[in-house]
Amino acid sequence: MNKILIGLFCGVILGTIDGASAWFYPEVRSMLTGIMVGSSIKGLIVGVLTGWFACKVQSTIWGIVVGSAFGLLFAFLVAAMSTVNGRHPYLEIMLPGFIVGAIVGFLTQRTGTQGPATKGAL
Amino acid sequence: MEISDSVLDHLRFVAALPDLSGTRYELEAEIGRGGMGVVYSARDRQLDRHVALKVLDFALAGEAQLIARLEHPAIVPIHETGTLPDGRVFYTMKLVAGASLDHYVASSPSLAERLRVIRRVGEALAYAHTRGTIHRDLKPQNVMVGEFGEVYVMDWGVDPVAGTPQFRAPDARLDQRSDVFALGALLRSVLPATVPPALHAIAVKAMSSDPGARYPDAPALLEDIDRFEQGLAVEAWSEPLWHRLRRFGSRNAVLLWLLTAYAAVKFLLFFLRIF
Repeated sequence: MNKILIGLFCGVILGTIDGASAWFYPEVRSMLTGIMVGSSIKGLIVGVLTGWFACKVQSTIWGIVVGSAFGLLFAFLVAAMSTVNGRHPYLEIMLPGFIVGAIVGFLTQRTGTQGPATKGAL
Repeated sequence: MEISDSVLDHLRFVAALPDLSGTRYELEAEIGRGGMGVVYSARDRQLDRHVALKVLDFALAGEAQLIARLEHPAIVPIHETGTLPDGRVFYTMKLVAGASLDHYVASSPSLAERLRVIRRVGEALAYAHTRGTIHRDLKPQNVMVGEFGEVYVMDWGVDPVAGTPQFRAPDARLDQRSDVFALGALLRSVLPATVPPALHAIAVKAMSSDPGARYPDAPALLEDIDRFEQGLAVEAWSEPLWHRLRRFGSRNAVLLWLLTAYAAVKFLLFFLRIF
């Protein structure tokens, strides 16, 4: 499977699971569906970008670094747009988002193919 | 007149040396002796280079033709073949500067390096098998590791009874599975004292006394070595569960650390909220 697709699927799945963990917080449980959708979209974007990077650069270390950087950036954007009890939950969103990005970066480096096979010159 | 023993020995030695007067080669020194002939280092006067010159005990010109057909980076190329005045056949080939595999292993190379040499030998065997040739006498003394790490498989045999006991398959009729047996024996001979059980199992499977229980060919054996090097399960060994888990852990250590870090962060955030 293509690395971009790997990133997409991993990002969506991990993002959804990360969003679902909000169930443990009663104050946001009523918004769970919205959080899960938002988190999966964040995971999707991070996954596609990290998968695209993995197609260009083959390095597990750099994959983790870039994945965690994308994860952190998009988690920051999501946290900046969210408000719980009158404050932005930066720590609660950015810290797990950072690690989820690193996991997606690792997986896109270690699995998947570089891209669709190209036809040779006739 | 009496001739002393030392003079007699010298005369015997000189008489046994091949007469290269009608050739462009100049004898330098004996570098090896096998069941089918003697290998000398010689100088090619015409091209001013050193070559290995093998003089066959029997009129086995077929050996030179057989090796000349095998064009592979791990098979020593034949330069020329000819006949000596006494009727013996000789051929010249590239003189490989390096050490035989047994001497090379004595210098304690890493396991990965030992397996690299075995892989090169296996690739040469696999190629030869596709050309209908089997080695028949694969052993550490017939594998050379050159100065630049290049590997050469020497002494491709045409003698149907050739073979060194500990590397020779107990098969009535030698075929490519006999070479697989010898490759397994070669693998076992280069492994260090403490060896991972999966790698030991690969050698044991290749050396099975039943040809049907061995790897079907050299590439199948090499694939199992590749799987071992990649941290995957090998075909030769049904590993116990604890070993499978340990292999999974070491192969996916980074991923497991990241997942642990994620779980730890989640727990930490959860408890920070409570207290």
